[in-house]
Amino acid sequence: MQVTSAEPLTRDIDKRSRADARHDLIFHRALKFCALLVLASLIGAALSTLWGGSEVLFGQGWHFLTSDAWNPVTDDYGALAPIFGTLVTSLIALVLAVPVSFGVALFLTEIAPTWMRGPVGAAIELLAGIPSIIYGMWGLFVFVPFMASIEPGLNDTLGRIPVIGKLFQGPPLGLGLLTAGIVLAVMILPFITSVIREVFLTVPTRLKESSYALGSTTWEVLWDIVLPYTRSGVIGGIILGLGRALGETMAVTFVLGNSYNITSSLLMPGTSISSSIANEFNEAVGVHRSALVALGFLLFVVTFIVLLIARLMLRQLAKREGS
Amino acid sequence: MSADSIYLRRRLINVLAMILSACATALGLLFLFWILWVTASNGLSAIRPSLFTKITAYGAQGGLSNAIAGSLIMDLMALLICAPIGVLAGTYLAEYASRTRLGTTIRFLNDILLSAPSIVMGLFVYMIIVLPMTHLTHGGISFSGFAGSVALAFIGLPVIVRTTDEMLHLVPGTLREAALSLGVPKWKLTVQILIRAAGSGILTGVLLALARLAGETAPLLFTAFGNNFMTVHPLDAMASLPITIYQDTNDPSPALHSIAWAGALLITVFVLTLSLITRFLFSRKKVSYE
Repeated sequence: MQVTSAEPLTRDIDKRSRADARHDLIFHRALKFCALLVLASLIGAALSTLWGGSEVLFGQGWHFLTSDAWNPVTDDYGALAPIFGTLVTSLIALVLAVPVSFGVALFLTEIAPTWMRGPVGAAIELLAGIPSIIYGMWGLFVFVPFMASIEPGLNDTLGRIPVIGKLFQGPPLGLGLLTAGIVLAVMILPFITSVIREVFLTVPTRLKESSYALGSTTWEVLWDIVLPYTRSGVIGGIILGLGRALGETMAVTFVLGNSYNITSSLLMPGTSISSSIANEFNEAVGVHRSALVALGFLLFVVTFIVLLIARLMLRQLAKREGS
Repeated sequence: MSADSIYLRRRLINVLAMILSACATALGLLFLFWILWVTASNGLSAIRPSLFTKITAYGAQGGLSNAIAGSLIMDLMALLICAPIGVLAGTYLAEYASRTRLGTTIRFLNDILLSAPSIVMGLFVYMIIVLPMTHLTHGGISFSGFAGSVALAFIGLPVIVRTTDEMLHLVPGTLREAALSLGVPKWKLTVQILIRAAGSGILTGVLLALARLAGETAPLLFTAFGNNFMTVHPLDAMASLPITIYQDTNDPSPALHSIAWAGALLITVFVLTLSLITRFLFSRKKVSYE
């Protein structure tokens, strides 16, 4: 009796565990497929823009990268002016945003009273939540007239300084590389701030307290203890901000002026990779369209490399921390 | 230099640094309130009932109804695409490939996708959906709301993957061990215990992804394109709030500018409300999205 009743039971269990194993395998594969889709989206974006831009990238080769011509009539395209605009506006944004982000992070981690840290930190992060098209509108309707009103002043003051004066001489249009750089700086400020703030918080309190106990001032603790400890994280955060600035489209398109110029003056209108694509793509056909997709490919590759470096540096800090 | 003057110098540098850092914070807040104030004041004065009842084709006398409908449809479709894929992919990273080479690679690349330029995602979807559709239908279908949703889904996907991954890591390991020791198969453990335990966190990720993709303009330019008339068909070119704002801002007419401000206010309120909700509801679990 016992034997006969136990046998179907074991058979049932066998059947069930086989079914479980089968379901587990299907589930595992489905999950893996979805994860691979993430990978595919990255590779797909690179390959599809490479393919779309191949006519110009492989057809014109170096000429595309080194020429500053952009002529849809004769189908002569060079990426130099958009690359120049992208790099210059992103650099202006970094130069302005890094010290400010650093200051905000210092304020939020060391200086501000505890009750203030939450709300102020949240407010700064709110800046990151504002859609970029709103930055663009604000830039065009409010900030451009504001810049136009102070640019004559810039001409007369900064413009008089030997060497760097050249950067600040030009017509007071309001539109231009400097304005776009400032708008970008406001946009990337919250990103850099939040990374720096987070890595500052990883510094062991023990280290800081030891330094305070030896009589250091807040600034000295920051400069001699916190910064050396978090160096790679801070640099990672800055490069992350650079990656954001390079790829930003809507905030700069309105305020850049859209002209294919390479000038020494930051007050002159320019263009950038992303704003060229946004402005011209829907009207472009043939080689022109291919040139714009090729620009997209360049942008993707450059931001990918920049973001890769940023992530590696941030990971380095996380590793040393042992988390 | 005497000890006193060194001490004074150190104190001075410290005070200066404190003041500068407070000024930097004030500057950041100034820009936040400046932008919000401009959007609110221009937007509020332009909000009127006809915005919600008339379509954009009437120009200055028109409204935004088709753009609002288009945005809602595309945002929802984008979420329907990227939420399941993102949650499953994030689960894979956390539960199956936490320490494998494939897992770390995907996690690393997903972090890069988080800040990848959105306009390139627009080009990508143009190349893989809009162009092939145009060829297949001989121009019958080209730009479409569906293509726009896919482009937006690519923006939301990395946010959901990242959040799901991190939220599952917060679920205590004892829960897994307890279930496994009872003989629960792994898929059941994952679906019925882990994803449920991390549910509110995963929902946060979905809401954050919505907040992120609702404000995106660049990926829609070459995918959904825009439409001055009301359409709910996913294979038609579809209007959206960000694209309408973009077009109206580029127009010289001040009447259209004021409609654009109204749209800008709607989007900003929507996006900021979403991010505030996620912040206050789920502030216990903190993940960074940089």
